Amino acid sequence: MHGRPRKASKPEDEAASITKAQKLRALQTQFFSFHHSKIYTKEAVELSAKLLEINPESYTAWNYRKLAVEHYLSQPDCNPESVKSLLDDELRVVESALRQNFKSYGAWHHRKWVLSKGHSSVDLELRLLDKFQKADSRNFHAWNYRRFVAELMNRSEKDEIKYTEDMIYTNFSNYSAWHNRSVLLSSLLEKKAEGFLLKENLLPEEYEFIHQAIFTDPDDQSGWFYHLWLLDQTVTTDHPLLVSTWPAHGSDVFLVGDRCQNGSFSPFTTVLSDSGSFPIVLYFNQPVKGVSSSTVIIECGFNKNEELLWEPLSVSNSQTAQVWVAHLKCPTSEHDSSVEISVGYSKEIVSPRGSQYSHPSTFSFKVHVQPVERDSSRVSVAENILWREENFKVYRAQSEESIPIPSFDQLCIKNGHESTASNWRTEALAKEVECFRELLSLMDCKIGKLTLARLLMAYDVMSFPFANKLVHSEEVLELYNDLMKLDPTHHRYYKDEHSLVLLRKMTSSEESLLQHCFQYKDSVSSAIGNPICLRLNNLSLSRIRAFERLLWVQMLDLSHNELESIEGLEAMQLLYGLSLGNNKLRSLTALEPLRKLKSLRVLDISYNQIGDHSIDTTRYLCSSPLSHSVGSELNDVALINYWEAFYMFKDLNLTQLDIVGNTIADEKFKSVLVKIMPLLKRLNGELLD
Amino acid sequence: MADASFGFSTLQMGELAIGKHVHYILSVEKKKDSFESVVMDHLRMNGAYWGLTTLDLLGKLDSVNADEVLSWIMACQHESGGFSGNIGHDPHILYTLSAVQVLALFNKLDVLDIDKVATYITGLQNEDGSFSGDMWGEVDTRFSYIAICCLSILRCLDKINVEKAVSYILSCKNLDGGFGCTPGGESHAGQIFCCVGALAITGSLHHVDKDLLGWWLCERQVKSGGLNGRPEKLPDVCYSWWVLSSLIMIDRVHWIDKEKLVKFILDCQDLENGGISDRPDDAVDVFHTYFGVAGLSLLEYPGLKAVDPAYALPVDVVNRIFFGR
Repeated sequence: MHGRPRKASKPEDEAASITKAQKLRALQTQFFSFHHSKIYTKEAVELSAKLLEINPESYTAWNYRKLAVEHYLSQPDCNPESVKSLLDDELRVVESALRQNFKSYGAWHHRKWVLSKGHSSVDLELRLLDKFQKADSRNFHAWNYRRFVAELMNRSEKDEIKYTEDMIYTNFSNYSAWHNRSVLLSSLLEKKAEGFLLKENLLPEEYEFIHQAIFTDPDDQSGWFYHLWLLDQTVTTDHPLLVSTWPAHGSDVFLVGDRCQNGSFSPFTTVLSDSGSFPIVLYFNQPVKGVSSSTVIIECGFNKNEELLWEPLSVSNSQTAQVWVAHLKCPTSEHDSSVEISVGYSKEIVSPRGSQYSHPSTFSFKVHVQPVERDSSRVSVAENILWREENFKVYRAQSEESIPIPSFDQLCIKNGHESTASNWRTEALAKEVECFRELLSLMDCKIGKLTLARLLMAYDVMSFPFANKLVHSEEVLELYNDLMKLDPTHHRYYKDEHSLVLLRKMTSSEESLLQHCFQYKDSVSSAIGNPICLRLNNLSLSRIRAFERLLWVQMLDLSHNELESIEGLEAMQLLYGLSLGNNKLRSLTALEPLRKLKSLRVLDISYNQIGDHSIDTTRYLCSSPLSHSVGSELNDVALINYWEAFYMFKDLNLTQLDIVGNTIADEKFKSVLVKIMPLLKRLNGELLD
Repeated sequence: MADASFGFSTLQMGELAIGKHVHYILSVEKKKDSFESVVMDHLRMNGAYWGLTTLDLLGKLDSVNADEVLSWIMACQHESGGFSGNIGHDPHILYTLSAVQVLALFNKLDVLDIDKVATYITGLQNEDGSFSGDMWGEVDTRFSYIAICCLSILRCLDKINVEKAVSYILSCKNLDGGFGCTPGGESHAGQIFCCVGALAITGSLHHVDKDLLGWWLCERQVKSGGLNGRPEKLPDVCYSWWVLSSLIMIDRVHWIDKEKLVKFILDCQDLENGGISDRPDDAVDVFHTYFGVAGLSLLEYPGLKAVDPAYALPVDVVNRIFFGR
């Protein structure tokens, strides 16, 4: 089926083929007759060997031979010698089949089956493997079989590591050998085996080794992924850490029942709480499980022993998430209180790999409740938020506010951690940066630029976690721009990375973030308590992240960008108004992250591409019956063709939706939306009855 | 079909010779006497799935006699509930899935004794959550995908231990973000499709490092525009399915150059006799014809039905199963 040249068949070839076919068919017919009649005579078994020699893929013949062996083993007159000879025969048949097709699943499995009967020797098997691996060093059947033999016969991991080294020195371009090496090393690291105890001793040697591969031929991919793994081992600390929270440590949160009030509340920390509660968000550095009211203890003036329900912000029923949220009920009368939250003092918060949260921390903030002053004559009209340039004015900090954005002291959560961003890590990164700069001075190569970009970002993030300085971000952005030209096939990958770096850079300092802080001016809301709108529009962003610094944001303008995905946006639990207008969203299922935003009321997804595409790339990344992440809640037959709209919008409490400029948004669709969202007051700017 | 998204002229880059491919598939079905056909006798059930799904994607499923196909399929079912690759051969999980998929194409899942098929499959799940291909015990994540896909189509996924099945698949996750056939097995696009597909169907894609795997997958695209199955190997049209569907399921397909891939697939056509081959100018077969057409569907090539990346069946067939009634 693979690698055969296309040629017109000549009549003599066709005739020869038909003759060959008839012979094979006759052989098969005879074989099946033996198999179905359970005949296991020597002659019958030999016939099956002939069949397998011609066609090692005829799986029923392998089954038959196993039955024949078992039949023989059950005979009273079988003795160890005859058994040995019988099984030797099997091994011979396998070897001859493998010579025909050394990728035959049936043949390799048959050999494993024979070995599991306690037959053959390590030496014989390793010699066989040697033969095959020399013929094709990338034959994964052989590598798998090697692993099987090594385990069955207790070969040491160190011997196997040496084997990978030998294979690599024979030919650096051996991804299979590098892969096996990584499996063995990580297993030994995990077991903390002697001689392999410390990453800081092992990694420098491995870096030296991999450099030989990459620098010999930078275009050969064999070493790229191994190097990335080494980088990950250098940079990643196993233990989960709390990175960010809302409310932020040391902040003053004002909960108001209505925005139309007077007061000198900071627009950064004033939150509308029409639901009688406010969210508490915990943002970790990796997905964790085990966040609950027994591992996160809340002490506050108004609800001492409340059992909070902690919810992981993830799709489907996963109990693992990077961001967790709980809603704390606030008192209905005017109130000032301190809240203290302790995270991880008991050991159950763990990463999926079982690493425990190891730096128990505490953060605290003050809550000021200002309930609504009910005025019966005021008519509540849904304000129409228009995301137009003229409706926003830049926020100017009042002189008294020293740090308007609370999250910047954030990382001084009383962690007491990692001021030991261990020296060996930063040293290793610095050395790698040097090596790759050298490589790039000798030749312009894609892997050189990409690796340098990754190294510089990792170095910045590691070296300056508190100072929030990203010293190299300009250089990194340049590198990604170069890569888009150097490797146009993958330019969208580099574009995404570029967007992420840009975003990280913009959110890394208070000054840069403030440049994107505006306030929405309209006739209904007063300026006081009017939330800040973070405007990140017209930035050619194709991807977004870095939400850990943006948990406080209530209004977000991402319009006029190139977003196809809003992965990660579920972390922004305070979001009330969001514009994704004029982007490249391709389907309704891409809106999945919004389903977790309980405060979202105003959504603009106008002028996207929803309805243009026949293929949905987020079909399995959303909650739907297709991925068994929700039950079949859709009972209304009329909505079956609109199942995406049903599942995406039914849990949203939107009051305003803008969807014009999407092919999907015809009159029928709009009426479906109104049916699904009974609380909707405005659609495409028009008031609904 | 939505042409608007396609953004460039199909005339410039070659065309899909739909009529030729339909003709090719129908002719292969009839040509049972060539050596190539006899040597593939044992996987005719797979061949039926590849050929018929291609016909459906091309809008020509009605070119075959459904009753003939269905009665042949049922003749391949064994006492155990499993299906064999052809009449007389032993049952195996590989052919059981293909049989169920073909029945789904024809909307004839109701001819099945679902419990019987489910019993066969659940009987193949091992203690560690893995699946054997048949009673002889070969374990491979391909079989995990098959079991999950098959039972999901039959709407009885809960008959297996899904949690253990998922954790076994995750034990085959590698440090490069990909998946192998057994724990420690090298990442390979075919295995990755199976594992990602199984995780997609069970709502478990959050376990996948989409950026890491996405980069590994997008680097399968070589200079010619075709995709290979793992680093430093030759491109092959069948990877247009394995790699592409995986990228789509994790929403990273924009990381490859779709236009170049379309061109590569179209270059692999035999414009005279129909059919698609693994590489330009190689011999064609039904396997590569299916993966080429399915790949083009995922790339939104005009004139084709949309294919579901996890179930490898037309989207309308999958939607019928989950939302029909």
